[in-house]
Formats: sequence, structure tokens, C-alpha cells
Amino acid sequence: MTLSRFAAGLLIACLALPAAAAFDIGQLMADLARHKGGRAKFVEKKYIALLDKPVVATGEMTYTAPDRLEKLTLTPKPERLLLERDQLSIERDRRKLTINLAAQPEALAFVDSIRGTLSGDRSALERNYALHLAGTADKWVLTLLPSDQKIAALVLRITVSGSGNQVRQIEYLQADGDRSVLSIDPVELR
Amino acid sequence: MSRRARAFLLWALAMLAGAAIVWNSRFTADMSFFLPSTPSAEQQVLIDQLKEGVVSRLLMVGIEGGDGAQRAAASRALRERLAARPAFVSVQNGEAGSIAAERDLLFARRYLLSPAVGPQRFTVDGLRDAISGSIDLLASPAGMLVKPFLTRDPTGELYELVSNLNGGTQPAMRDGVWASRDGSRALLLLQTRALGSDTDGQEAAIAAIRADFAAAAGDGLRLVLSGPGRFAVEARATIKDEVSRLSMIGTLAIVAVLLVVYRSPRLVGLGLLPVASGALAGVVAVSLAFGTVFGITVGFGSALIGEAVDYSIYYFVQSGRLGVDAWRERFWPTIRLGVATSLCGFGALMLSGFPGLAQLGLYALSGVLTAALVTRWLLPQLAGDAAATRDPGPAGRRLRAAFAALRRLRWPLLALAVAAFAYLGQQRDRLWQPDLSVLSTVSAEAAAVDGALRADLGAPDARYLVVVAGADREAALQAAERAGQRLDRLVADGLIGGYDTPARFLPSRAAQAARLASLPAPDELRPRLRAALADLPLAADKLEPFVDAVDAARRQAPIERADLDGSALALAVDSLLLPRADTWSVLLPLRPPAGGADVDPAALRAALAGSDALFIDMKGEFDTLYADYLGEAVALSGAGLLAIVLLLAVTLRSPRRLAAVLLPLVVAVALVVAGLHLAGERLHLLHLVGLLLIVAVGSNYALFFDHLEQAGGADDETLVAMGLANLTTTIGFGTLGLSSVPVLHAVGVTVGPGAVLALLLSAVVVPRGTAR
Repeated sequence: MTLSRFAAGLLIACLALPAAAAFDIGQLMADLARHKGGRAKFVEKKYIALLDKPVVATGEMTYTAPDRLEKLTLTPKPERLLLERDQLSIERDRRKLTINLAAQPEALAFVDSIRGTLSGDRSALERNYALHLAGTADKWVLTLLPSDQKIAALVLRITVSGSGNQVRQIEYLQADGDRSVLSIDPVELR
Repeated sequence: MSRRARAFLLWALAMLAGAAIVWNSRFTADMSFFLPSTPSAEQQVLIDQLKEGVVSRLLMVGIEGGDGAQRAAASRALRERLAARPAFVSVQNGEAGSIAAERDLLFARRYLLSPAVGPQRFTVDGLRDAISGSIDLLASPAGMLVKPFLTRDPTGELYELVSNLNGGTQPAMRDGVWASRDGSRALLLLQTRALGSDTDGQEAAIAAIRADFAAAAGDGLRLVLSGPGRFAVEARATIKDEVSRLSMIGTLAIVAVLLVVYRSPRLVGLGLLPVASGALAGVVAVSLAFGTVFGITVGFGSALIGEAVDYSIYYFVQSGRLGVDAWRERFWPTIRLGVATSLCGFGALMLSGFPGLAQLGLYALSGVLTAALVTRWLLPQLAGDAAATRDPGPAGRRLRAAFAALRRLRWPLLALAVAAFAYLGQQRDRLWQPDLSVLSTVSAEAAAVDGALRADLGAPDARYLVVVAGADREAALQAAERAGQRLDRLVADGLIGGYDTPARFLPSRAAQAARLASLPAPDELRPRLRAALADLPLAADKLEPFVDAVDAARRQAPIERADLDGSALALAVDSLLLPRADTWSVLLPLRPPAGGADVDPAALRAALAGSDALFIDMKGEFDTLYADYLGEAVALSGAGLLAIVLLLAVTLRSPRRLAAVLLPLVVAVALVVAGLHLAGERLHLLHLVGLLLIVAVGSNYALFFDHLEQAGGADDETLVAMGLANLTTTIGFGTLGLSSVPVLHAVGVTVGPGAVLALLLSAVVVPRGTAR
């Protein structure tokens, strides 16, 4: 039904999907590609102009190379987000929303920013973003600037920082000035 | 006026009256052939859905060939053209555009629409819960849904409305339009204004799609089209085409045979008189009894011709040497008994609740009876003594020799029969196809295309439904809201994943009034809001747009159906809220629970027990329907068989003769079933009906052999007449075997060979069992 597509479209249109995952970009990508996944705790802070203080979500996320990412939010409300190949599903309040990313190019580009970083897939990243790398192998900062107008209308900049092949923090700066910071603390490496 | 002229005049008048009735009859080739004549409440829903449900009005279109950009351009051009046509209620190809309109509509009316709106919602506690829920939601990726609306809708009514809708599976997207998963086809989903049962309307809609595609698409692009409408149109075309083709083939073949044998066009013409009378009488009887004549029924005409011509064959061949009076005395009782057994077979079908079968039964019964009566009473008047004077001697002698040779094969034949019985016993669980789809005229390729398009489009199949009704729109919507409350609990328990209801976009007036009444005035709302937000990171003064929105909503007029015009919401409501003659019914399609589990019908029925809501499993209903038909066909075949056996027992008055007459028929049935199964034919209830007809029709031959034995030996005329009658019957039914309509094909491939076997086996078995 049209309406369900509308629901999915609406959601995806404003989707901010943070997640886990370089000196010479090629080197960084090669390092990241060697990372086969693992489990991590996360703390996500969203700074929203309308609110007096940031909203904070915490939980666990599990990444399995190359294309499965599960994000389990525990506080403030339980929620399960699963990204598997081209399927994105969100379960909350017993409701499940499944989105076929192939049907949503902008959302796909967005998801690729995380997936590409985690899996060290440079060509996937460069399809939609201009990449800038600063720092050293032990402490690097990768900046993604959307090259597509439609994506830039949602997010101005994505900043990924980490050490070695471990992504530590992802920051999204949204077009409306609000931003979210996802901090990742690995508990188990594979 | 001579007796002869008077008889002819009477007959001609009857034929004219019949022709007038046929001229005014309504013919149809739609699926009502298969739909139960006295449906249960559940089956009625099934019928309504098949005839006018939204699913029956969906057409799926694929564009193939060229490159992705060409296909996308063609998809856009085609959508634009089709959307301008009144024949289509909706034309979708994934192009963005209308989404914003629907969201705005929902947003503007959120306080009338949201099920969460009630007195509790606007208390201090209610506000605190709802607003802190929205703030929590901001932490989620789904929170981006609420953020742009937070100051106007801090309680999250829009999220409440939208999150009840299922994301479902969506088509893939290529070049801005829907495409198959592999990207090789651009896809469109259309809903026709014409009902699914309006085959003319569906045909016009399909023609419009083809015309617009031809005009809009560039070279190298191909159109693929599927949906219930297309199947209906093609089934009708197939039946129309076959009715005339099969009748033509059958008639020509039979006329050719008769010409060869009689060598007299006049005799052939006279011989066809009973046939024409029977065919006309059949249609007249069906038209008078049913009001509507199915195309398939008329298609059965070729078999009727083959059967009805037998009586005149017997008359012409047998009466030549003996004269009419002697023929009546010697042979008519046997023919009469054969007619009676045929009537038992066809008559049993008339009792079927499967309308198609009942029509076939009445058609054949009236046809055979009329042909026999015309042969007995009219034909001698018209033909006089001009009956076949040709000496059947040589043909008779050859047949006699052939039958004698056949009798030497009796032991191998009986061994074959035993093998057939053993094979059937071993295969008995695999003989019959268990579902109604075997009766469908849809070809395997067409079904494959349909399946591929459906999978790529995620088109609904609407297997599970809850149905409620009300005296008017308001009552129906209130009933839907009550059923919705029960379903909400099932969603909470995880028994179902969700459901659709028209009350979501068009709540009952009562529900809307209650929601409006719960909205507080600004002076009441502001202090409660300040109290509610005391511990939350959101300042009350930022929510002044919310206070204004609630205040404005208090003066809103209730939503009427017309307010939804032009949006997808109108379609959603119209497809689920159906006005009937004296009641409104509401469909609530259910979605399976998350995680791929299936809906548990027993649990659903239990949960809805005690309410007036009806739970329906569409596939289950189809399966039940077919099982009912099959069970009924078994019962009716049994009854028909019993009637034939009783009739023969009473007439023959000898268990030995009875056994001798029945044995070849039983063996013929076994050989036919085993043969068809070995040949890979998927056997269904029409084959079963065919078996009854083998007995009903084949008993004629067994009876003649019995008669000949009683008379002390076979005469050449009777052997020739039997051979010829058998040939025409086999041609008539065999022609049906050529049909691509499963109903006709099944009867044809069963009775055609069955009739031949019945003659041959009778020649082998009957004489042994009696005189010698």
C-alpha cells in the first residue's frame, strides 16, 4: 500500500544512522578491511537545538564483516536496528519497520557511509562522498563530505575518528545544525 | 394436413420458440462458473473479493528491453498517460510526489485521526508520558521522523498514525522508478476502476495500457502485463474461441463419418435433426433454469453432438432391413435403457453445488433426452422408409471378425485390467490433485510471469481477513473500531503483525466526536503542559505552536470521505469499506507477525469468538471450496452409479447379466484412470465426473451386446450401428480433449478413450458372460 511506502519513505528521508569503523586513505582502508567485526558498547549523544540538553542513547552494537550491523539500544528505550545487506529493519514498541535500501538511493548512500567505513570499501565511499584524512595510523580522523546535493540536504559532514583498524567515534553534522556523536567502545574483537 | 407435416410443424415451432429463448439468453465466460451457488458467509467474502475486491482490480505492468534509462523514461511516460485516463483509479511507478500530500493530510487532521487521542492524553501525566516518549524517540534513527514536527506535535500523533502502517516489502528502485530486483524490468502497479468481474472493463483497461505503451515507449521495449483482469480476459477469449472451434471440429468430423457411411446428404441432414434439437434444448433448459449460460457449458456441445447423434444412427442403420415398426419393437427398448443410464449420469451432476457442473449436467440431460425423443417420435415421420438401404454386410462381417479376434485376447485384457487395479491401489494417494488451481485456464508461463511481477512489486495477496458489517457507513466503521480493539491486543501479543482498517483514515463520527471532546482549551492546556515539562529538557514556551494546533483542532469539522479525495488514503478507505445492497461491510486485512511466523487461524478465531467479526483465510477457503466440490463430486458420482446399477438390475432381472454388463465398464474406468495417471495427466474432479460418464455412456454398448446375446446372436446392422455410434461419441468427447480449458479437457480425455474401451471390453466380456 502506498501509505506504508510513505511511512518508510518518511522515515528514511530523515534517517540518521550512526555506527562503528586512516594518513594515506588507501592504507587506512586496507587496515579497516582487515577488521572482521566485533562487539562494542556505544553511547550516542544527540545535540538538538530545541532541547535544553542532549538526548543520550546507550547500548551495544555488533558488526560482522562485510555487511551486517546490529545496533541494540538499551536506554532510554529498547530498540533493535539491523542492517543486513540491503535490508534495514527497526524494531521498537513491537513494531517492525523494514526498508529495502535498494529502493531508496539516498538512504543507501547514507548507509554506505557507515558500511563503507567499517569494511574499508573506498569505492563505495567515494561514490557519494569526498574523503579527507588527517592524523596517524594510531589516531586518525576521516572526514566525509557529501558530493550529492540530495545527501547534503540531510547531512553536512560526517567525521569518523579511530585508532588502527578500530573506529572510535562517528559524528554527524546535520543540515539543520543539530549533530549527533556516536562513541564506540569495543568489548570483543574478532 | 398430413400427420407428417403436423409433426414437422410442431417441431419447427418448438425450435423457433427455443431459438427465441436462446437469442435472449445471457452468456458469460467468467469465473462464476467455479463459484459456489449457495456460499457460506466466508465463501461470500471470497466471492466478493474475487469479483470486486481491490486485489482483483490490480494490474501489474513490466517494461523490458532497452537500457535502464529508456525503461524509466517509458515508465514515466506511461504513468502520465494512464493516470489521465478515468479507467484507472491509481497508477503507481514509484515516482515521488504524492507522499507529501498524504503526510500533510494526516498531519492536519492528526487530532481527529490518532487513536491515542483521548481525555487521558491531555492530562499532566498523559502529556509527560507522550512528550518524553517523543524525546526518547529523538535518540533513535526513527526520531528524525518526529524532529521536524516536535513543536507542533510534541505528543507524537503523526508518528502514532504512521507507525501503524507497515513498511512492507517495497519494489526496488532504478533511475527513480520501480524496477525488478535484478533491474531488468521497470514496474508499474495499476488499479482499474472496472471491477474484477467486469471482464469487458478489464479488457478495455488492458487495451488502453497497450495503446498508451505503444505510443509512449521507444523501439526495443516490450510490455509485460499480468493480473486477475488479464487472466479473466484471456480465459473468456479462450472459451469463446474454443466453443466455436470445438463444435466445428466435432460437427465436421461426425458429418464426414456419416457421409461416408450413409452416402446420402439427405440422411445425414435428417440424422442431424435430433442433434440440433438436443443442442438447442440444452441451452434453452440452462437459460431458463439458471438465467445465465456459461461459455464452458456451450463448449460441452461437441460431446453432446457425439452422444446425441447415436440414436439416429441406430435408427437409420438398424431399421433399414426391418422397417420402422420392427425396429421400435426390437431395438428401441435397449436404446431407451441406454438413454436412461445416460440420463442417470448427467442428472446426478445437476444436483451439484458447483454451478458449472450443475449446468453441464442439465445441458447434457436435456440435450440427450430431446435427441432421443426426436429420434423416436419425429425422425420416422420425416424419414419414412427412406432409411439406410445400403447393405451393411461387408462392414458388419469385418466388425464381427474383429470382435471375434478380440475375444481371443480376453485373458491378456483381463490381466491388463488386474495390473491396472493393482497400480491404482498402489497410487491411490497420488491420483487426485488437491487444489482448485488445476481448473484454472492460466498457463504455467503466465502464472510464472505473474509470480515474478508480484514478488518484485510486493503486491498484496490479502490471504487473511477479518470482516465486519454494519447497517450504514457509521455503524460499519464503529464495528471496525471495535474489531480493531481486539486486533490491537493480538498485535500486542505478537499473534499478528498488524492490520489495515478504513477507520484509520476515516474514523467513525462517534470516535471523531470523542477525540474532539477530549481536546483542552489553551487556558487549560498551558498549565498542564508546564507541569508536565517540569523535569523534561524541553521548555513549555517552545511548545506554543502545539497549544495553537490543539485549539485549532477543536474547531475542526469531522473528516468525511470526500475530504480524502485525490489521495492514496481515499483508495485505502474505499478498498476496505464496501457498500452492499442493504449493509456496509468492512475488510480488515491482517499482516503476519514479524519474524516470518505464519498467522495461526485457530488462535485468531478464538480471539474473535463472541464478536460479530468473521475471520477468513482466503487460501483456506479456496481449499475448502475445492474439497467440498470434490467430496460432492464423489458423492454424486456414487449416486449416479448406484442409480445406473439399480436401473439395470431392475431391467435385466439377472445378476449374471448385470455383472456381465458392468464388468467391462468398471475395467474401462480403471484402464482410463491408470492410463491418464501414467501419462502424467493431473487428475481432478472433472476427470472423476468423466468416469461417471464413461459408465453412463458406455453402458449403451454393453447393453447392446447383452441384447444380442439374448436375441441369439449378433446381426450385422447392430454391430455396424454400434461401431458407428461409438466412433461419433468418441469423436465428440475426444474433441473436448483438444481443449485448453481444463474442465472440458478433463471430460474429453476421460470419456473419449473410455467410450472406445467400453465398446471393446463389452465385445470381449458380455458374450462370454451370458449365452455361451
